[in-house]
Amino acid sequence: MIFLPLMGFVVNGILGKWMPKSLSGWLGTATVLGSFVLAVMNFMELSGGTPEIASINTKLFTFLSVGDFHVDFAFQFDRLSAVMTLIITGIGTLIHMYSIAYMHDDDGLYKFFAYLNLFIFNMLVLVLGSNYLMLFFGWEGVGLCSYLLIGFWYKNVDFGKAARKAFVMNRIGDLGLLMGLFLIYDTYGSFEYQEVFRQVFIGTADSTAVNTAIALLLFIGAMGKSAQIPLYTWLPDAMAGPTPVSALIHAATMVTAGIYLVIRSEAIYALSPFAREIVMWIGLATSIMAALIGLKQNDIKKVLAYSTVSQLGLMFIALGCGAYTAALFHVITHAFFKALLFLGSGSVIHGMHHEQDIREMGGLRKKMPITYLTFLIGTLAITGFPFLSGFFSKDEILVSAFTHNPLVFGLALISAGITGFYMFRMFFVTFHGTYRNHHHPFEKVHESPLLMTLPLLVLAVLSVVGGAVNLPHYLGEGISGGLHHLLSYDGGGKFSPILMYPEHVIELSHTAEIGLLAMAVSVFVIAFLYTRNKYVVKGAVPEADADQQGMGKVLSNKFYVDEAYDVAFVAPLEGASDTLTHYVDEKAIKSAVDGVGKGGFGLSKMLSKIQNGNIEYYLVYMVIGIALLLAFNLF
Amino acid sequence: MFQQLPIPFLILSFLTILSALYVVTSKNPVHSVLALIFTFFTISAHYVLLNAQFLAVVNLIVYAGAIMVLFLFVLMLLNLSKDTEPVKSNWWGIAAAISAGSLLLIITAAFQVSGEAIAKNPVEGIGLVKALGKVLFTRFVVPFELTGILFLAAMVGAVLLGKREKNNAVLIPKEERSDS
Amino acid sequence: MSLLNIFNQVEISHYIYLSTVLFAIGLFGVLFRRNAIILLMCIELMLNAVNLLFTAFSTYMGDSDGQIFVFFIMVVAAAEAAVGLAILVLVYRNTRKTDVSFLDQLKG
Repeated sequence: MIFLPLMGFVVNGILGKWMPKSLSGWLGTATVLGSFVLAVMNFMELSGGTPEIASINTKLFTFLSVGDFHVDFAFQFDRLSAVMTLIITGIGTLIHMYSIAYMHDDDGLYKFFAYLNLFIFNMLVLVLGSNYLMLFFGWEGVGLCSYLLIGFWYKNVDFGKAARKAFVMNRIGDLGLLMGLFLIYDTYGSFEYQEVFRQVFIGTADSTAVNTAIALLLFIGAMGKSAQIPLYTWLPDAMAGPTPVSALIHAATMVTAGIYLVIRSEAIYALSPFAREIVMWIGLATSIMAALIGLKQNDIKKVLAYSTVSQLGLMFIALGCGAYTAALFHVITHAFFKALLFLGSGSVIHGMHHEQDIREMGGLRKKMPITYLTFLIGTLAITGFPFLSGFFSKDEILVSAFTHNPLVFGLALISAGITGFYMFRMFFVTFHGTYRNHHHPFEKVHESPLLMTLPLLVLAVLSVVGGAVNLPHYLGEGISGGLHHLLSYDGGGKFSPILMYPEHVIELSHTAEIGLLAMAVSVFVIAFLYTRNKYVVKGAVPEADADQQGMGKVLSNKFYVDEAYDVAFVAPLEGASDTLTHYVDEKAIKSAVDGVGKGGFGLSKMLSKIQNGNIEYYLVYMVIGIALLLAFNLF
Repeated sequence: MFQQLPIPFLILSFLTILSALYVVTSKNPVHSVLALIFTFFTISAHYVLLNAQFLAVVNLIVYAGAIMVLFLFVLMLLNLSKDTEPVKSNWWGIAAAISAGSLLLIITAAFQVSGEAIAKNPVEGIGLVKALGKVLFTRFVVPFELTGILFLAAMVGAVLLGKREKNNAVLIPKEERSDS
Repeated sequence: MSLLNIFNQVEISHYIYLSTVLFAIGLFGVLFRRNAIILLMCIELMLNAVNLLFTAFSTYMGDSDGQIFVFFIMVVAAAEAAVGLAILVLVYRNTRKTDVSFLDQLKG
């Protein structure tokens, strides 16, 4: 299962140059589809079989073995991995298919598919590995692929810089993760999930401080990968990559790796309420901040990017509240509708011949009916239109936040409400109103080919019904909480549950819960009506960035975070490196190195007198050398 | 210590060393070659004493018969029979003697230090053709084949070097060097 | 089989001394003489010293491997003599000399 994409990568990477374009595309798609089918089969075996089994473990070979240190290259297919695998391969397949059409006139098509396949492989390693080192392996691998794919159009310098930014930001997070892993090994003496969690459970490390430290360090890694404050700025820039990449990596899969990490390490987080609080507040801050920035962005992909950051913040709120199922549930539905939205925006960009500014669009619904319809569904799903997938998952997070702390609930609700504003703003400006682009005639705007609309339709259907994975219990006990049951399966007596501790039980009466829902829905309705009034009825067009004033200016400049980072980190670093270059490198190191060179030169002049080219001298030296060697051995 | 040794061994060893010294010190290269051939004869006689009869015969045929004839042939070809070699300075003689002598000393010292007597385990007839052939063509058959390749390469190399090429005077002396 | 029962009267150490002396004489020749042909001959002498030692050990230990090695050394010596003399002839043809001290073109 895991090696099909790797195979695709190898074949595409090596032979791709000589293959016809369509073949490399279809090959890439087929390998991912193959692993999706295998994942479904394994999942059936896992949950449908009688008796149920907790996980399928496969050990391939010993990865590292140094003294007592021993790590296996092994996979563990349990329920959590299964869910992640299904998302990755399922959405991966659709996006591969979409890319065939989207990238069809790009010269580096084979390279693109090679990278995509490599990404899928690494992502699968990340979620399927049976120990933290495998997770780290995949983690670095997806970081690399992300870098390669953001910078895919490497001839553009800005895109290259965006790729580098993403890479560096991720490295900061990786450092945290790596230190967390060291600390885990130091404390528990193993990298294997089952062994670590068993020891956590029986309390090998008595001190909460150690667990808190581990949890926080792991969270720093998650912050980098899942774009949380303060390491989120790379994600919007990552939109420089091709749109399918944005959809696959930067919305549906890679950014959820951080969520996966936290859920996987639930046992450790459970012991550290402090770390959970931190996670929650950072998630909350990120969510609101990104949503506010999203309000004033005019690039269709940037809006979606900030929306992704905001949604990830919501997921971390859920994690911080101990509602792991809710977080995972939101990962699933988010993967559906955000991939849908990205692919839809890709379709729009494709139809507009690479125009990304929503102010240059308008009235597109007439020309692109399928894109319009699916985009509408995606927007409704993300904003929480009742009974679409986003509604259920988001509300579950809100409910868990409410039970944790009503203040958090209020802030999260505001964040979710802002989501409605910016999504509808973008939606209306893009698809309604009048066409505003004067360079590109309206007649030339066209609907995308079937190969692109088909994934859109599939994802739209999933966005509608995706909520069925984990229906809330007020809809009836029999059909509700599927995901919850799946995750809290206790391993049939054997010790390998995914969630060690019973989840924070939500004990709200139905009325209270429905009350909360009513609030959420009313926020949604307000957002809808306001934006519709502003952008459709009045036909307003967002101002250019330069015309923004006051708060709007701050928002459209993304709170000046990039600039602040420039001042706070980049400038001092550059200054320091300048100083180092000037004084340490040029003066100290250079003279030292030159000194060595000069000394060597003088020595060689001296020695070269010995090398006079006369064989007889050489013979004498040789004999003396042999005699000395023997004498040395002798005495 | 020499008194208990058998007379034939003493005589043979004496002749061997004497002729070897003559090889090194003789001014005339032809005399050197003849002395070396004589040395090989005495070494062959040692082989007979050591019960290595086949080796004694081969030594005569290969060394005294083939290699040394090749040397003589080259000497005649280059017309070096008369003494043309410039004499080296005393300094060279001392340096060479010290080097060689120190190596001799160290090897004998090494033998004295290691000092373990080697158990005598003579076996009848291992020096005969039958016994040697059995070993050579069973355990050592691969090296044996490889020596064939080595010979082929040496032969090709020698022929190639000996072929006269036009304008191959790469080592024309820049100036006549006087000896110092 | 032997002409005299040598094992009872000659120790292996005597052969070791003998061949070491022969080896040292050959080495001295290599270092002292300047005629390239004499040098090659001295190398042959050194090889023979080693051969003698091999044979002596082989006989005293009752193991024929040593004598097989002597064969291989002979092979190498023959090849070496052939190639060496060919080079020598070539050098002589170009320089009219066989003096090794003249060949100092190796100087770097």
